Amino acid sequence: MSVEQEKTNENNDDIIVIKDLNKWYGEFHVLKDINLRVKKGEKIVICGPSGSGKSTMTRCINRLEEFQRGSLTVNGVEMIEDVKNIEAIRREVGMVFQHFNLFPHLTILENLTLGPIWVQKKPKKEAEATAMKYLERVKIPDQANKFPGQLSGGQQQRVAIARSLCMNPEIMLFDEPTSALDPEMIKEVLDVMIELANEGMTMLCVTHEMGFAKKVADRVIFMDAGEIVEQNTPEEIFNNPQTDRLQLFLSQILDH
Amino acid sequence: MSEKPQVKSSPSFFNNPRNRSIIYQLLLLFGLGYFFYSIISNTLANMEARGIQSGYDFLFNTAGFDILMSLIPYDATNTYGRTFIVGLLNTVLVSIIGIILSTIVGFIMGVAHFSHNLLIRKLATAYVETFRNIPLLLQIFFWYFAVLAALPSARQSMSLGEVIFLNVRGLYFPGLTPEGGASVVYAAIAAAIIGIFVLKRWAKKRQDDTGQQFPVLWVSLGMLFGLPLLALIVMGFPFAWDIPYLKGFNFRGGVTVIPELMALALALTVYTGAFIAEAVRAGIQAVPHGQTEAARSIGLKEGKIMKLIIVPQAMRVIVPLLNSEYQSLVKNSTLATAIGYPDLFTVFVGTTLNQTGQAIEIVFMTMAVYFVVNMTISFLMNRLNSSVALTER
Repeated sequence: MSVEQEKTNENNDDIIVIKDLNKWYGEFHVLKDINLRVKKGEKIVICGPSGSGKSTMTRCINRLEEFQRGSLTVNGVEMIEDVKNIEAIRREVGMVFQHFNLFPHLTILENLTLGPIWVQKKPKKEAEATAMKYLERVKIPDQANKFPGQLSGGQQQRVAIARSLCMNPEIMLFDEPTSALDPEMIKEVLDVMIELANEGMTMLCVTHEMGFAKKVADRVIFMDAGEIVEQNTPEEIFNNPQTDRLQLFLSQILDH
Repeated sequence: MSEKPQVKSSPSFFNNPRNRSIIYQLLLLFGLGYFFYSIISNTLANMEARGIQSGYDFLFNTAGFDILMSLIPYDATNTYGRTFIVGLLNTVLVSIIGIILSTIVGFIMGVAHFSHNLLIRKLATAYVETFRNIPLLLQIFFWYFAVLAALPSARQSMSLGEVIFLNVRGLYFPGLTPEGGASVVYAAIAAAIIGIFVLKRWAKKRQDDTGQQFPVLWVSLGMLFGLPLLALIVMGFPFAWDIPYLKGFNFRGGVTVIPELMALALALTVYTGAFIAEAVRAGIQAVPHGQTEAARSIGLKEGKIMKLIIVPQAMRVIVPLLNSEYQSLVKNSTLATAIGYPDLFTVFVGTTLNQTGQAIEIVFMTMAVYFVVNMTISFLMNRLNSSVALTER
């Protein structure tokens, strides 16, 4: 009992606590002793070369990926092999994917109300009102009755963000949200994300948009080969990289 | 002839694509017309030479032969027309049994492919690979000669609770004869079916209004079985059991399923089921994994993800494939003739044609039947397809 008490006290301030997290794909060691604490309202940008484990780590947070060793606590709930815990964590964590993953057989409005109706058990009217509110926030209320296939990539990604927000999450995870978009659509999605950041949402964002990182991140995490190599404020990371690996990475992405 | 291509405002008649296309089509039309004319005139001349009368009068003549199994009263004194109906009903029967059972088997085996249990997964793969790769005719022979013919004789029947019997002569199970008050039970079944629709609408409306969910499936199943059961109890079971009993060398009473029907239905089910399993597997695999991930990330439970996200999208792929599997099954049922199951083909194109010699009429009638049956399946499946099709753009 006292141990648990201690744990909750310790985690009081931190909405995500990751301790010594390790993950293997068969023989391949994807995540090595990851330790990360995220405060409520903190905005974190995760960058690193492809295959560095940044997406995998993010996806562990709402258990789209399992891990083999270590512990992970989200909003005071420990991630264990228990459906109740997993569901409780997923209710608190919204996620936006690289390829949007909207449900193509449902209208935009139905995409947004699906969670509130079937998970939160809200009346349809109420769910639709909430959905329209968020569609207005991402500036596409006029698309409500269309299907995802009828929207541009940027619009689809904004719908995906609105879909997550409809569930009232404490934390938002972004897994390369702009990587599949044409350049002119990246801005409209980043604008929505910046607005969200300004409202105080806790955000973890895997992205290569360094401009976005400079603008909103409280902390930038650089990962390579399954490890967190460096973490610091954006200024320090970009202007004063401590390791060769980060220097190399920055020179590669900023050169062009 | 000049070296330069001539550019004229009006090209020559034969070089105009429009004229060319009209000429070619006219030639084709003429060719086709001559083809059919020669076939028909030849046939008529031949028939006349052999003294065969064309026309459908033969349908009213006495057939004079027995049929192994009939869903309607039939004996040798009935007409050829009635042999057509008997055969048609037998074809429809085996097709319906085959379609229902192969759908069940196919969906179970298709979903089993995604099981977390290795044994179940391997079993599903083995099933599909085995039965998809062996000719259907061989499979029919396998069930008929290797499995069903190896069953014990009537006296050594396998039995289930002394009411259902299985032996080399067929499957025997009890029949029900309605007595007074049976109509109440039928009414209860009808009420249950209507009730399910009402319940479904009510549950949806209540969820829309209040957000509360209702276990429609379980309550529906309860109604479907509970209401008729209640009616049965209240009316004091208004049915008489007609239990098969051994008399001499064979069973009397009850309902008999002849081994020919069992073998054919089994073979069609197992064979088509393997293809349907593949269609189901393809349908589920066609739904990207990202859909499941997105659904999980908004907190949906696995069962709801299946119902709300995976199945509706998988059906878009499965339904058109099902359509052609069902059509194949109906056409394949003509292989009945190999083991003597009296389907339309065996009875009408077999015996009736042999006795009357009215080849053209009989073949055309039979072709028309399969055509109409398959068009009906197509029509129904297209309706189903448009209800699951994706609205896009």
